[in-house]
This record gives sequence, C-alpha cells and structure tokens, in this order.
Amino acid sequence: MIYLRLFLSFFKIGLFGFGGGYAILSLIEHEVLRYGWMTPQEFTDIVAVSQMTPGPIGINSATYTGFTACQTAGMNEWMCVAGSVVATSAIILPSVIIMLIICQVYLRLKGNKWVEGSLQTLRVTVIGLIAAAALLLMTPENFIDRWSVALFVLVFIGTLVLKMHPILLICIAGVMGHIIY
Amino acid sequence: MKSLRLFATFFKIGAFTLGGGYAMIPLVQREVVDNHAWIGEEEFLDLIALAQSAPGIIAVNTAVFVGYKVNGWRGVISSVLGATLPSFLIILLIAMFFTRFRENPHVEAVFKGIRPAVVALIAAPLYKMAKSAKVTWRNVWIPISAALLIWLAGVSPVVVIVIAIVGGLAWTYWTDKTNKEGGNQ
Repeated sequence: MIYLRLFLSFFKIGLFGFGGGYAILSLIEHEVLRYGWMTPQEFTDIVAVSQMTPGPIGINSATYTGFTACQTAGMNEWMCVAGSVVATSAIILPSVIIMLIICQVYLRLKGNKWVEGSLQTLRVTVIGLIAAAALLLMTPENFIDRWSVALFVLVFIGTLVLKMHPILLICIAGVMGHIIY
Repeated sequence: MKSLRLFATFFKIGAFTLGGGYAMIPLVQREVVDNHAWIGEEEFLDLIALAQSAPGIIAVNTAVFVGYKVNGWRGVISSVLGATLPSFLIILLIAMFFTRFRENPHVEAVFKGIRPAVVALIAAPLYKMAKSAKVTWRNVWIPISAALLIWLAGVSPVVVIVIAIVGGLAWTYWTDKTNKEGGNQ
C-alpha cells in the first residue's frame, strides 16, 4: 500500500503547496520524514541535486521520493519506477484540477476581496514555511563541524551580498567539501 | 499538430530552466507570447499572477493554463507532460544510480560540503521575500509562529496553511464589517 500512501502524501503537497519552489519544501519534508522515506541528509542532497538539474523542485522531489520509498521497502527496480510515476502524477493532479477551474472563473475572481484577503495572509505565512524548511535542515547530520558553519556563512553571504548563482555556490561548496573531508 | 507543438515548447521550458519557479518566467514569455503568440502580453501577466497564487508547482500551473487556452483538454495533457518529463527522466536516472554513488567516500565528502550550503541557499533570500510579501512589524508574528509551529511543535504545514486561509477570511470579514459600520455613522 506504499503506492496509496505516496499518492495521498504528494496529492496533499500539490493541493496545499502555496508559493511554489522553496515554500513547498517544508510540506515535502514533513511527509517524507514522517514515513521515513528519506533521512534529513538525503532530503538535503536531493534539494542540492534539484538546484543543479533543470525542472521544479516539487517534481524532482516527487520523482526521487517515489523511487527511494519503494526501494527502501525492498521492491524491484520497475516497481520503484512505478512509485516515481505515482508520486509525480499525484503532485501534478491538484494543479491541473484547480487551474482548470480557475481558467473558467478567473475574471470573476480578479479583485474579489475574499480571495485577495486569504491570499495576502497566505503570502505572509509562506515566509514562515520557508524559514521552517531551513530550520528543519539545521540538523547535526548536516552541520557536522565548524567547517559546516563556515560554509553556511560563506554561501549565505555569497547569495545575499555578492548575488552569486546558486549552482556556482553549490559547486564551490562541493569542491571545498572534497578538500576538507 | 497544436498539441505536439505545445508538448515540444513546454519540454524545452522544462529542460532548460534551472531552479524552476521564477527563473522560468522569461523563457515562458519568449516562447508563449513572442514566438507562438498563444496568449497576449497582458494576459500573460494575469497568468503569472494566477499560477503563483494557485497551489502547486508554478511551472505546472502555467502549463495547464496555456495548454487549455490553446487546445482544451488535449492541450493540457501535452503541455503538462512536456513540462514534467525532462525533470522526471533526469531525476529517475539519478535515483537509480545515486544510491550507489552515495557510498563512495569522494561523493560523500562533496555532499558534506554541499549540505550546509543548501540550508544557506534556502535561508538567505528570506528577508527579500518577506519584504515583497509585505511582511511588516505588525504582521511578522504570523510567519514567526508558522515557522515555530512547524519546526518545534512538529505541526503539519498543511494545518498551518489551512489556519492562514481561515484567518485571512476572518480578517477580511472583520475589516469589512468595521468599515461598513464606520460608514453608517
């Protein structure tokens, strides 16, 4: 019944994942850690891989989790591929349904005070969700020593002050990791 | 023919946008508005606003909107498949082989360096995002309590989002009512 669980989890992520990108991370993290489909380190690694490969983080995580969840359950490779298909379709499905509805009514929704009111609160809340995603990844496994803290600060400054590209920063951190460890 | 072109266009968008989300917008605009003239300039702005406000992956939301507009149901299927297939295939390959690589001490060393970097990548843009989401001293308690609930209390982000929607509706109702009462006096 792992397929059903994958489907329900990723459908939920697609349905409640407001704000896209990083904002979806904390939802995925919650589901993936709850069922033990990934360790926090593995999840961090897949976020890194997502940054370096094309495509949305939501799709990347769904595809990856679908595969590894089945693998952990001891299934064969084809059943794992099926797991990827299930998780990826599940995260897409709510988008398709909701956007089709929105296509029909969007002119009436534009400027509606109830829609605007809830969206404004959501936008503010989503900032907290992204913060939670970062906080949840600050584990002893991800921060093993003082070098980790140094790399964190370096990349933080690189992003915020020097406005360096994320892929470049990940590459630098990877090379540094190889030198240090 | 139309569906095939939709598939090809969104496949290209899916295959060439690193980072997803906002990084994708200029490419979508060039393909969908400039090259194919599937939708107009102004409608494109509406589309981006909608795709960002609706739940789910922004790239998929955009694909659904354009696909439906161009070729109805069949358009949706081809554009969504096109947008998702590139990342699906790449990650599937990685998932199949990454588990074997992970044990390698060189790869493990590289990822030991990358992990804290990823956390910084998520945390660094927060301030700028908070400003554009109109977080002020008066409402900053909302994202802070959301983060604490999820991080320390282990509350599901879904629950936090539902509370935010209900809270937003209640706030709209309340301000609406006080405005009307103020107007009557």
